[in-house]
Amino acid sequence: MAVDGGPGGAADGITGGAAGGRTGDGAVGGPEGAASAVRGDAARGGPSDGAFIELDRVEKVFDVRRRTGFLKRERRRVRAVDDLSFTVARGETVGYIGPNGAGKSTTIKMLTGILTPSGGRLRVAGIEPSRERTRLAQRIGVVFGQRTTLWWDLPLVDSYRLMHRMYRIPDARYRANLDRLVEHLDLGPLLDTPVRQLSLGQRMRGDIAAALLHDPEVLYLDEPTIGLDVISKARVRDFLRELRDERGTTVLLTTHDLQDIEQLCSRVMVIDHGRLMYDGPLAGLHEAGESERILVVDLDRELPPVDAPAPARVVKVEGPRQWLAFPSSVSAAPLVARIAAEYPLVDLSVREPDIEAVIARMYAGQGNRAASRPPTSIA
Amino acid sequence: MDETGRATGSGRGALSEAGGGPAPGRGPVAARPVLPGPARRPAVFSPFGEGVRVYGLIAGMWVRSAMTYRASFLLTAFGNLLVTGLDFVALVLMFSQVDSLAGWTLPEVAFLYGLSATAFGIADLTFGSMDVLGARMRDGSFDTLLVRPAPVLAQVAADRFALRRLGRITQAVLVLAYGLLRVDVDWTAAKVLLMPVVLVSGALIFCALFTAGAAFQFVAQDAAEVQNAFTYGGTTLLQYPPGVFGKDVVRGVTFVLPLAFVNWVPGAYVLGRPYPLGLPGWAAFAPPVVAAGCCALAGLAWRAGLRMYRSTGS
Repeated sequence: MAVDGGPGGAADGITGGAAGGRTGDGAVGGPEGAASAVRGDAARGGPSDGAFIELDRVEKVFDVRRRTGFLKRERRRVRAVDDLSFTVARGETVGYIGPNGAGKSTTIKMLTGILTPSGGRLRVAGIEPSRERTRLAQRIGVVFGQRTTLWWDLPLVDSYRLMHRMYRIPDARYRANLDRLVEHLDLGPLLDTPVRQLSLGQRMRGDIAAALLHDPEVLYLDEPTIGLDVISKARVRDFLRELRDERGTTVLLTTHDLQDIEQLCSRVMVIDHGRLMYDGPLAGLHEAGESERILVVDLDRELPPVDAPAPARVVKVEGPRQWLAFPSSVSAAPLVARIAAEYPLVDLSVREPDIEAVIARMYAGQGNRAASRPPTSIA
Repeated sequence: MDETGRATGSGRGALSEAGGGPAPGRGPVAARPVLPGPARRPAVFSPFGEGVRVYGLIAGMWVRSAMTYRASFLLTAFGNLLVTGLDFVALVLMFSQVDSLAGWTLPEVAFLYGLSATAFGIADLTFGSMDVLGARMRDGSFDTLLVRPAPVLAQVAADRFALRRLGRITQAVLVLAYGLLRVDVDWTAAKVLLMPVVLVSGALIFCALFTAGAAFQFVAQDAAEVQNAFTYGGTTLLQYPPGVFGKDVVRGVTFVLPLAFVNWVPGAYVLGRPYPLGLPGWAAFAPPVVAAGCCALAGLAWRAGLRMYRSTGS
């Protein structure tokens, strides 16, 4: 008797087509206006006046249940975020980076009130997100890079009208914001186009506009440039720069693209295994990254770390894959030759410095020290 | 479709959403020295009113989406009418072989069927898409609902709102009308008044069931079929006179999962037929109370489920 299956002819609206899996990560940000001061360690710990986002020893523990056999289950506690403390001032633009599964996404979800922290104190604009999620929603904008909130089958402008009414944006303000966003994001010709006909880049711009119509004080962007072509990326970045410089909106941005950070963020936070590994100016991160290249070797089985000639050294081992850092100035050839001669080498690649490399280097540099406590910046 | 509005309304009231914390009112905004802050009105909106408003907004978007595929909409609406119609045709065919079912005549069974199917149709129209919640949690799009300034329950209930389900209601109302016209009842004022009350209460009971089912999906994300077993299964059960079933089934449907108050109990009273369990006379007028109880319980279940999601982040 159940007649009603899925959505008849209509495609799935809310989620839109590109509802990929859960996306990974989120970002946190926030500078003060244009020339946001770079905050090193010194800045932190002081009185947090003007702190717009405040995390104090926040942690999030998940119970992961895994089936280990018929009816048998194993419970494991996973610390997705561990003892995380930082503050972001109003108007700052912060890049929040880290490998997949580092806890970026969990942090963003706690900042937006989607998840309740297991411990610690968290405030956004003075509001505790998990307790007053609905109230906070009026003041934040969120763009999930791989998941559109636009209505798939309807003209773009219809999604904006919905925001207008759902957020109770006063008419005059709505019109002014829409005009401004349409102009800056070049959406004019697209407003009457059904969202399903937009390209990925157009849709991303459309999503960003949707998240800003209600004048949020903070914008969370999760991978805003993922999958975009060069021109679309540049457009999105230009716009975000304007947003930062002219509107003073606090922006927290997760990305895998170092260029996003370079062009937008004066401050970078690197998180890994739920801990803050680095918090400081981009320059410091860049230096750290540029000083070394990474040779990634795939051996044919799991082996203890490769015995590499100094100054090269193994910085990370993951199954049969090992990461070796070596100075950028040195040729990779002798190192490769030696490993090929002495180990069952299956494949290899050389990575120019990038975020992964920076993190790998931090492991090496800080060793277990990182595991003991808070953010340390690399200078 | 007056009942629809009312059903939705009171349903959402009793089940008003949990997660949001205390008042949805916007407090004073912290001083914003540099920026021209958005004009935030200090108005306080009740979660209930806000829920209904947002429900309307989102449902409207879905209707407009469906209308972009007009032919498909018409076909599915018609198909909906047809397939639910076949349901009743099966009953009619049964009566071509027998004169009565557990002592109930065809118009009487049509009356029962009409009451249950109409109530279910209303609930199905307003809350019927809650079984996509599990899928939304799996693909992560549920999170996008949580960052909006609106009660999540309203957003989930309005999800995939589909007017084609009016097909089911249309069919149910036709059967109910047939039943009402043909049953041999001495209509008193109480019995006449009871009819709309029973329909609304029944719709609320089914809405509560949909909501409870959705809440269960927070625990088991692929449990949509469990929910369907109770909702669709429940309404199918109610289409037959209670006497057809064993006493234990009737007891369960009366006292445990009180679906009997959708049509069996008040129906037996209106038709002057004995109810297999010997309930007191006032039980026929209990549906609103039962509905309120169901909504309250479903609301609690929803809150608990949402809280669990937000602390486990499954």
